[in-house]
Amino acid sequence: MIEVKDLQKSFGENHILKGVTTTFEAGKTNLIIGQSGSGKTVFLKCLLGLFDYEKGSISYDGRVFAQLSEAEKRTMRADIGMVFQGSALFDSMTIAENVMFPLRMFTNQSKSEMQDRVDFVLNRVNLSDAHNKMPSEASGGMQKRVAIARAIVNKPKYLFCDEPNSGLDPKTSIVIDNLIKEITEEYNITTVINSHDMNSVMEIGEKIVFLQLGLKEWEGTRHDIFKTENKAVTDFVYSSNLFKKVRKMYLTE
Amino acid sequence: MQYLHNFGAYFLMVIEMFRKPTKWSVMKKLILKDIDDLVIGSIGIVSFIAFFVGGVITIQTALNIDNPLIPKSLVGFATRQSILLEFAPTFISIIMAGKVGSFITSSIGTMRVTEQIDALEVMGINSINYLILPKVVALTLYPFVISIAMFLGIFGGYTACVLGGYATSEDFITGVQLDFIPFHIVYAFLKTFVFAFILATVPSYYGYYMKGGALEVGQASTSSFVWTSVAIILLNYILTQLLLS
Ligand SMILES: Nc1ncnc2c1ncn2[C@@H]1O[C@H](COP(=O)(O)OP(=O)(O)O)[C@@H](O)[C@H]1O
Ligand SMILES: [Mg+2]
Repeated sequence: MIEVKDLQKSFGENHILKGVTTTFEAGKTNLIIGQSGSGKTVFLKCLLGLFDYEKGSISYDGRVFAQLSEAEKRTMRADIGMVFQGSALFDSMTIAENVMFPLRMFTNQSKSEMQDRVDFVLNRVNLSDAHNKMPSEASGGMQKRVAIARAIVNKPKYLFCDEPNSGLDPKTSIVIDNLIKEITEEYNITTVINSHDMNSVMEIGEKIVFLQLGLKEWEGTRHDIFKTENKAVTDFVYSSNLFKKVRKMYLTE
Repeated sequence: MQYLHNFGAYFLMVIEMFRKPTKWSVMKKLILKDIDDLVIGSIGIVSFIAFFVGGVITIQTALNIDNPLIPKSLVGFATRQSILLEFAPTFISIIMAGKVGSFITSSIGTMRVTEQIDALEVMGINSINYLILPKVVALTLYPFVISIAMFLGIFGGYTACVLGGYATSEDFITGVQLDFIPFHIVYAFLKTFVFAFILATVPSYYGYYMKGGALEVGQASTSSFVWTSVAIILLNYILTQLLLS
């Protein structure tokens, strides 16, 4: 479980997060939603320890990153997997090398142990025959799967995904969303996903945090989101006619 | 103000480069790859340029000496001095600022833009050490490239001289061996080492700290070339003043 308390972050005069408090439970797909530029990526990068923040605290099952020793930070980092928005695969390495990379950095496993684990996770994301391809030769959906494989190869306790289905077609998006959800449940990972995709919200949003103007405007489950009267949420979520209709159907059921 | 900021940030980056080293098994591979990309990959173009510019230096010198009292061997002597002291270490390094420098800036810059650097940092890797140190280590072999440039430059001069009939083969060789001062070699290679460090670090700085997208990668490469050249030329002046006068 990740507990975030009063998280504040600014760049100079530009206050991006103005005190966000929330919790993310293990084994659940937690979604951060909000408009482009609302600070979702900044929030996630604070969780990852890539950004320092001015105020607030983040604890991972009781561990507060800032208070850890160097050795503990290292163990903590080995527990984190991240899927970046553009996949961020190392383009000088093959797909298999990309996936093996965290193992090479964090473990002292033998080459064959690492290879077995890489085979296993690539299989898990349905990419059993792409080992020797370069990332540039893979489609967007494939790159995303490789990024997921790389993020989970070292058996993380925490998985962060920044807009995992941006740039993907609707069908591939759903496949990726469900893959993340299955993996989360299978390995009891605490997963936090940034999204502005309403399909994801409806499909896998077990807990949804809505960020607006640097604050947590609303939180709840995907079922709550149909019933909420919060205007900011309904304006954002039901901006398309399709979702307006879906909501109407849900409420009259 | 901005210059001062860049200057300070550059030095902090250089210090950071030696902190928290990457696993040796991983680092070794990175160094070998950079030797291949930066050193081996430059030998072709450097050889080509050195040979032909060496030839031109000789022809120019020969054409400017039409006084019968000056011995023909001077052509060989002047060619050797210009190539050893300036052309090979400095001029070739400026060309390398374009070739190797823009390669380094754009490859590190692309990694920044596509969040590959963030991906390294998330894994607790000191990305400055991981990305930049291998380039510095690889370019300690840069003097080897410059030796080739020295040799081929003088050989190009010799070829042009003999083919063009400006002096005999014996005259040229006598000139090349004339008044040889070993310290000049020390001076030339000291410069080369300093330039190698600049060539590895200044373009890395422009790539590592860039912001924006693909367009900015191009702009960063341009700034990188300009400031790498400026640094090389200023350091050339300072080192020459310190070592030769
Ligand atoms: N490294 C940075 N330096 C300065 N400002 C930044 C930086 N990263 C993000 N921002 C600013 O933070 C705001 C929120 O950005 P971001 O978190 O990327 O939004 P989102 O992911 O919700 O689309 C933007 O206004 C952006 O300009
Ligand atoms: Mg974002």
